[in-house]
Amino acid sequence: MIPGYCQEAAKAPASHIKKPEAQFGAEFRRFSLDRQKPGKFEDFYNLVVHTHHISNTDVTIGYADVHGDLLPINNDDNFCKAVSSANPLLRVFIQKREEAEHCSFGAGGSLSRRRKALALREDGPRRRAHLHIGLPHDFRPVSSIIDVDILPETHRRVRLYRHGCQKPLGFYIRDGTSVRVAPQGLEKVPGIFISRMVPGGLAESTGLLAVDDEVLEVNGIEVAGKTLDQVTDMMIANSHNLIVTVKPANQRNNVVRGSRASGSSGRSSDSAASRHSLPAAPALLHLQPDDADSDDEPDVVLEGVLEPRPAPRPPPPGSQARVNGAGPAHRLLSSLRADPRHSLALPLPPGAVEEHGPAVTL
Amino acid sequence: MPAPCQQTGASPFAGGCTPGTMRRFLRPGHDPARERLKRDLFQFNKTVEHGFPHQPSALGYSPSLRILAIGTRSGAVKLYGAPGVEFMGLHRENNAVVQIYFLPGQCQLVTLLDDNSLHLWSLKVRGGVSELQEDESFTLRGPPGAAPSATQITVVLPHSSRELLYLGTESGTVFAVQLPAFRTLGDRTIGSDAVLQGLPEDARHRRVFEMVEALQEHPRDPNQVLIGYSRGLIVVWDLRGSCVLGHFLSSQQLENVCWRRDGHLIVSCHSDGSYCQWPVSSDTQHSEPLRNCVPYGPFPCKAITKIFWLITKQGLPFTIFQGGMPRASYGDRHCISVVHDGQQTAFDFTSRVIDFTVLGEADPASAFDDPYALVVLAEEELVVIDLKAAGWPAVQPPYLASLHCSAITCSHHVSNIPLKLWERIVAAGRQQHTHFSTMEWPIDGGTSLAPAPPQRDLLLTGHEDGTVRFWDASGVCLRLLYKLSTVRVFLTDTEPSENLNAQGEDEWPPLRKVGSFDPYSDDPRLGIQKIFLCKYSGYLAVAGTAGQVLVLELNDEEAEHAVEQVEADLLQDQEGYRWKGHERLCARPGPVRFEPGFQPFVLVQCQPPAVVTSLALHSEWRLVAFGTSHGFGLFDHQQRRQVFVKCTLHPSDQLALEGPLSRVKSLKKSLRQSFRRIRRSRVSSRKRRPAGPPGEVPEGGARAERTGTQNMELAPVQRKIEARSAEDSFTGFVRTLYFADTYLRDSSRHCPSLWAGTNGGTVYAFALRVPPTERRMDEPVRAEQAKEIQLMHRAPVVGILVLDGHSVPLPEPLEVAHDLSKSPDMQGSHQLLVVSEEQFKVFTLPKVSAKLKLKLTALEGSRVRRVSVAHFGSCRAEDYGEHHLTVLTNLGDVQVVSLPLLKPQVRYSCIRREDVSGIASCVFTKYGQGFYLISPSEFERFSLSTKWLVEPRCLVDSAETKSHSCPRNGSGPEKVSGQARSVKGQVAFALAPLL
Repeated sequence: MIPGYCQEAAKAPASHIKKPEAQFGAEFRRFSLDRQKPGKFEDFYNLVVHTHHISNTDVTIGYADVHGDLLPINNDDNFCKAVSSANPLLRVFIQKREEAEHCSFGAGGSLSRRRKALALREDGPRRRAHLHIGLPHDFRPVSSIIDVDILPETHRRVRLYRHGCQKPLGFYIRDGTSVRVAPQGLEKVPGIFISRMVPGGLAESTGLLAVDDEVLEVNGIEVAGKTLDQVTDMMIANSHNLIVTVKPANQRNNVVRGSRASGSSGRSSDSAASRHSLPAAPALLHLQPDDADSDDEPDVVLEGVLEPRPAPRPPPPGSQARVNGAGPAHRLLSSLRADPRHSLALPLPPGAVEEHGPAVTL
Repeated sequence: MPAPCQQTGASPFAGGCTPGTMRRFLRPGHDPARERLKRDLFQFNKTVEHGFPHQPSALGYSPSLRILAIGTRSGAVKLYGAPGVEFMGLHRENNAVVQIYFLPGQCQLVTLLDDNSLHLWSLKVRGGVSELQEDESFTLRGPPGAAPSATQITVVLPHSSRELLYLGTESGTVFAVQLPAFRTLGDRTIGSDAVLQGLPEDARHRRVFEMVEALQEHPRDPNQVLIGYSRGLIVVWDLRGSCVLGHFLSSQQLENVCWRRDGHLIVSCHSDGSYCQWPVSSDTQHSEPLRNCVPYGPFPCKAITKIFWLITKQGLPFTIFQGGMPRASYGDRHCISVVHDGQQTAFDFTSRVIDFTVLGEADPASAFDDPYALVVLAEEELVVIDLKAAGWPAVQPPYLASLHCSAITCSHHVSNIPLKLWERIVAAGRQQHTHFSTMEWPIDGGTSLAPAPPQRDLLLTGHEDGTVRFWDASGVCLRLLYKLSTVRVFLTDTEPSENLNAQGEDEWPPLRKVGSFDPYSDDPRLGIQKIFLCKYSGYLAVAGTAGQVLVLELNDEEAEHAVEQVEADLLQDQEGYRWKGHERLCARPGPVRFEPGFQPFVLVQCQPPAVVTSLALHSEWRLVAFGTSHGFGLFDHQQRRQVFVKCTLHPSDQLALEGPLSRVKSLKKSLRQSFRRIRRSRVSSRKRRPAGPPGEVPEGGARAERTGTQNMELAPVQRKIEARSAEDSFTGFVRTLYFADTYLRDSSRHCPSLWAGTNGGTVYAFALRVPPTERRMDEPVRAEQAKEIQLMHRAPVVGILVLDGHSVPLPEPLEVAHDLSKSPDMQGSHQLLVVSEEQFKVFTLPKVSAKLKLKLTALEGSRVRRVSVAHFGSCRAEDYGEHHLTVLTNLGDVQVVSLPLLKPQVRYSCIRREDVSGIASCVFTKYGQGFYLISPSEFERFSLSTKWLVEPRCLVDSAETKSHSCPRNGSGPEKVSGQARSVKGQVAFALAPLL
């Protein structure tokens, strides 16, 4: 449950709806409404602020729907919906507006964001009195675990948020073999594994990916049957918004879902292997490439440019080595074409390597 | 059935539904009508291999079928007859074909592989078309315990009875095998012991266990065979009586023998470069040859490996032999000498001679050979020499062209050439080919049933030596039409000295260079990198390795003029860089004489002289655009004036590239990566190969190899996952240039424009102002940059295209003016398609906003290597067609992506993923076909279209026996008599086994 805001539920006569309500400490109230004629949102709002004696504060009102999702009540329609969904109790949450803005449903109302927020409930910032945590917009997301509800427990779907185009994603992949359970027994199939993490890189900093994790999907596309180079290219092409589904080598840290919460954290790896039937179809449905599109940075179009555009980011003097050392994996491909500009060199450094322009065939 | 709507990409069937939210719910393959239509439009076939087989290893010829067979080291056997008659077969085993023999008078041939197996192939007629197929294979087994050499086949003799095959072996035994089942006939074996028994005492003692070098059947009497052993013994063996009829003893190692047509003379050739003539008569035994001759003596000579002794009606014989050159001074030459009537010529080949044969009278009953052509299979080309014409000129082959006479550096395909231009190119080419014989192609067996090509297509190949070859790519035979050389424009170190070719009269040996294979380039800077031909105007632009861009015009007359030279400084005012690569080429000052054909008139020299990486020509506006790794420029070839240059170098790119520290680092890295790649490709190639020949292989070697493979697999191959950054190298490399008349600035006025795409995912658009025709020479062409698009995924831009209001690609320049295309729709809004290595993206024009995209790499990890627009016609509805993109990926897959909705239509795997040069060499045609190099000398042609399919369809009939006379003087009565004789010949064949 969302910590920091308190909520409470209590019983009431069946034909009426109760309102547990949260003020800023933990204050619960219960009252009833007419289920058939809920009335207008305006009236309801006034009723709530009046009941709690908070008429001088801006608040947002939310309710927990049948799935346990926190949904807003801010107009007549969703008020009616909320009331009709009460079964038999409606739990209403009241928050100060500025706090609510940083909460999941208040900000933008995007469906996927909300889903994510719920998935991450347990990781959410825990409010402690002595520790000041800045508002979320002072941070940027680094990674998230998504689709926990549709994936088998042995798998983890991780989304990496790359900020700008400078920071390397920071891991390496390799070929390997993995063991699957097939109707005719165990069989070895080729797989793609994370082979190394770049210290301090994005992937390592998330703590969600580790060496020897098996990569199952990249942005909703299964990697089975694809070569290492293909998977590399897919990851780089999706690097703006990379979503990898892995089977972690260490199955002890899996996210455990509600009903099976007790005692399942120490799952052994062979039982993990035996439940290795991939839910490919739902995964694909959730991750059509169009979904990913929305996260793409748009191309930059300059109209009527006559002046040479300044370089987007002139590299700092010390960054040369890093920039080069961190050439992308597809350098391999480009190394097949000879590069004719090897032969351009600054005249200044006397010890510079001299090369001669090779012939290039494209 | 779809409604006929020609030339329309935006047919209701092309897409499905509107892009947007609904798109995700529609899976490909859900619309049955579209699926049906796709079957009518697309089909993948590899149709024919053009060019010269890579690594040929054997030659065979059937005089009765008039068909040539070539075997290769990779186990392919290719048959060629009349132009268009081609067959190909591939042995299951990946072993070299060592020898090929046609069975006399039949549509069957036997091949011997280097694993000592024999294979019987036959041409069977199925559905009106002949097909080559393997019937039977056989490996000779010796008695138990015999040494492997006992059954190692050295020579094969197909007996004229058509039922028997005699196999000479290393042990000296000749085995007889019955066809077609390959049943060994033990009682007919001619053991070396039996032969020794038949010899007199003096010949017997020193001849044991020698290899059979030659087996020949008596030209008249099928019961006699000639067996030549390697140590110099030649025996005439009677098959019926199983006895020695005669023997000849030479003091030298035997290489080969030839039995004169009348059977009265045997000519043997030897390892010391001599040949001997031995008279054959039943009563007298000759211990000495009639004549012993060392043609290139007296100093030590190399072996004569094969000899023909042919008699003519005129009386004087033709002696044709291979080798025999003086060891010290000419031992490295590959020569075949022809001696006749006091003339002697040693044809000097630039590559090793594999084998040769002489075409003559095919009828065995005829009294004379009357040779008319010499066919030589060299390692890199096929040369046919006319023996009838004075001076023995070469015949120009209609197929088996040596594409790689100088290495191919680029290729360019132009479909549907107007007849006028075609005729002018052919006429220009004809004047270059005057040194060829006028003889019709003598290998003319079979009938080609393929329909005449629907249109005239040109394939242009650029070569390392600065030449551009124009090939007729319309049909099954890829024929050289014309060769353009750009060398004449430049001053090169080695001036072609005329006296080098002209041999002195008294030169000995009388060497004469033949063939066109010449892999040695004078100067690699001359290499051609990009070609662009306008088929309507006859303007051609070619660009090369040292930054040279030549604009040429077709002229039917010889001309002498100076080539105007202009320099384009692509670095402009960028300071502090010095080019350390090759120098620019020096242009020849003053007027230069040019032969009829394409004649250069302007040379644009890029500075720095880096290789030209993209080229576009607009013949209507008279503009040529060129790009290198430093930038691109536009040149007005009407006014001979540079319009502008644009430097595309990225400041940080240069820093990254030239920092001394980082250079070392990246070199190390690239080395490491290439080693990994090599290692990986080795592993995969080993996996690909079928498990070697069963048994027979020494176990140790195989095991060592296997452990090696395992070790390699243990070595971890890993790939770093890292986003493409703005500082990648070579971002300024100009990959594509495109001219379009479109709405660049606003939606009310369209104007000419130039588009350029770079390796760093940047697209530059320049608005051009081209003065109207009447003031074309007076006003300058103006250009100003209108747009710059930076693709955020920064992948190299490999194609740019503008679609008109009907979503049809804009026509080529002058296409509309020649009434060959509808004028583009200038009413609706135009769209810009940018193809990068990773994505296809459609933008609106004039405001560039993204409309649609297909993320190829993000979905399947493959990258675009080649992209081209093609028109696909339906095989069912005559006038229905659609425009689509044909795409080749780095995995060697060929895909069709629909226009304008960018839906993947079909996908076929075409080229092996490891075949980097094959993928790099691929060109698409405008009608859904393509070519790629399968070896340095061969183009594979493939087709994605159901409608445009160029493939050999031919018929070879064993009953069909053509006139055996020389094809040149095929007059009426002669032909009739030839046929009559051939009928007699067949009867003789049929009776032979009964005798």
